[in-house]
Amino acid sequence: MDDLYRDYILDHYKHPRNFGELEPHDLEAFEHNPLCGDELGVHIRVADDRIADLRFHGHGCAISQAAASISSEELKGMELAEAGQLGADWLLELLGIPISATRRKCALLGLKAVRGAVTGDDAWPA
Amino acid sequence: MPPAADGPLAVREDFPIFGREFGGRPLVYLDSSSTSQKPQVVIEAQAAHLREHNANVHRGVYELAEQADAAFEGARRRVAAFTNADPRTTIFTKNVTEAINLVAYAWGRANVGPGDAVLVTQMEHHANLVPWQVLCRERGAELRYLEVDGDGRLSLEALEQELARGDVRMVAFAHVSNVLGTINPVAEITSRARAAGAVTLVDGAQAAPQMPVDVQALGADFYGWTGHKALGPTGIGVLHGRSELLEQMPPFLTGGDMIASVDLEGATWNELPWKFEAGTPMIAEAVGLAAAVEYLQALGMERVREHERRLVEQLLDGLCQVPGVHIVGPPPGQERGGLASFTVEGIHPHDVAELLAREGVCIRAGHHCAQPLMRCLGVAATARASVGVYSEPADVQALLAALHGAREVFALEGAPPSRAH
Repeated sequence: MDDLYRDYILDHYKHPRNFGELEPHDLEAFEHNPLCGDELGVHIRVADDRIADLRFHGHGCAISQAAASISSEELKGMELAEAGQLGADWLLELLGIPISATRRKCALLGLKAVRGAVTGDDAWPA
Repeated sequence: MPPAADGPLAVREDFPIFGREFGGRPLVYLDSSSTSQKPQVVIEAQAAHLREHNANVHRGVYELAEQADAAFEGARRRVAAFTNADPRTTIFTKNVTEAINLVAYAWGRANVGPGDAVLVTQMEHHANLVPWQVLCRERGAELRYLEVDGDGRLSLEALEQELARGDVRMVAFAHVSNVLGTINPVAEITSRARAAGAVTLVDGAQAAPQMPVDVQALGADFYGWTGHKALGPTGIGVLHGRSELLEQMPPFLTGGDMIASVDLEGATWNELPWKFEAGTPMIAEAVGLAAAVEYLQALGMERVREHERRLVEQLLDGLCQVPGVHIVGPPPGQERGGLASFTVEGIHPHDVAELLAREGVCIRAGHHCAQPLMRCLGVAATARASVGVYSEPADVQALLAALHGAREVFALEGAPPSRAH
């Protein structure tokens, strides 16, 4: 069994959940990792101050795609205020694999887009 | 003792870093297009200079300072000889990026204006692209691109058409593409550009380390390259320029060492090449680079080229056998430099690099500082393997084995049966 490329990571990479465009949507953001060229955008539909639905779009490595896919399932239904506060630890724990310093931005790219869409802050999640 | 004159090079023992292990595995270094490893003679030349000859240059009258001067200017002569250039027009810069910026600022600001055009190619590294974008925006000039065809080549017909428009002041292009491996017909391009009244700048960062470069025969007005890709230290690059142009150009950076005299109102400039070397230069690095080019010359650049050509042929042959691998750049059988960029269906290049790294195989993945080219190729990124004088057939075999293994991890069809672990 591979530490990083676990079956569920590869499954989310090959069959990403909640991927595509969401029209109409209320919030959106598009982020890229200048280091490797990975790009991830997000469309969010809001109802009752919660994420009613969301879709990621873009392309990237297994880690960035799987992280977005896995997090998308948790983000659906989450209060906007909570989503805007999510930090790197939340995502890394959710991902459940050891992430090296060089792959950290891969893992966090999708969350960066979500936080950007919700709060307008385009900083890397700390 | 130099190895047999026409066989493959076997010089790994000259490079101490290959004594290291990573996770119990030997280093398989296939990222020489990013930076080269350093032979002991380079490491020692720099250390010996710092140990025995260190003083500032162009200033002191004491013996040590004279030795430092002799070391630095001697290094310039040896580096110039490597590319058959005149030491007087051989300027040390920080790297090739700074060499290109020097031209874009000092020549460009004085010679490019509204209605003029700068012609670059779609295969340029950002270093030979962004300085021209900035220049053109600032001066109201137009930046135009020569297209790259499906085989990674430039079209000389398209070049003629661009030049015929009569507004091209500068043609800036890579000698060897850092992504495609394409070797551009430099002399052909420079002669056509000159006939049309355009100045030429060649980015030789990838070429100088791997093939004979004669800047006079190539006919470029400016030819830049960098030390760290040519077995030398980081922090030193080279710009060869045509004397008449360098004489007319204002300085790039100003300060100490590049002046003839200074009074309260102004200054006059030092003569070439020092006019373009403001401040204390990279003295130990110049000494290290001189040792590097002497090492390469002792191997023979024709032989280096043949060594790398054979390895890349082996690499391309092997890559063609791996299901789902697509190679970008010149098709197998056509001339290319010492690298191959490729994609693997179903595995992102970043993951390819990660999985290879676990087997001790070092390659580069990403856009290789050539985002416009990536868009032309229709890919977001590629994996790139590149060889050096110290590379051996076993390195290529290790990469190919690791690549098959990567496809197994991703459970891709067409992978060979699982190996026992």
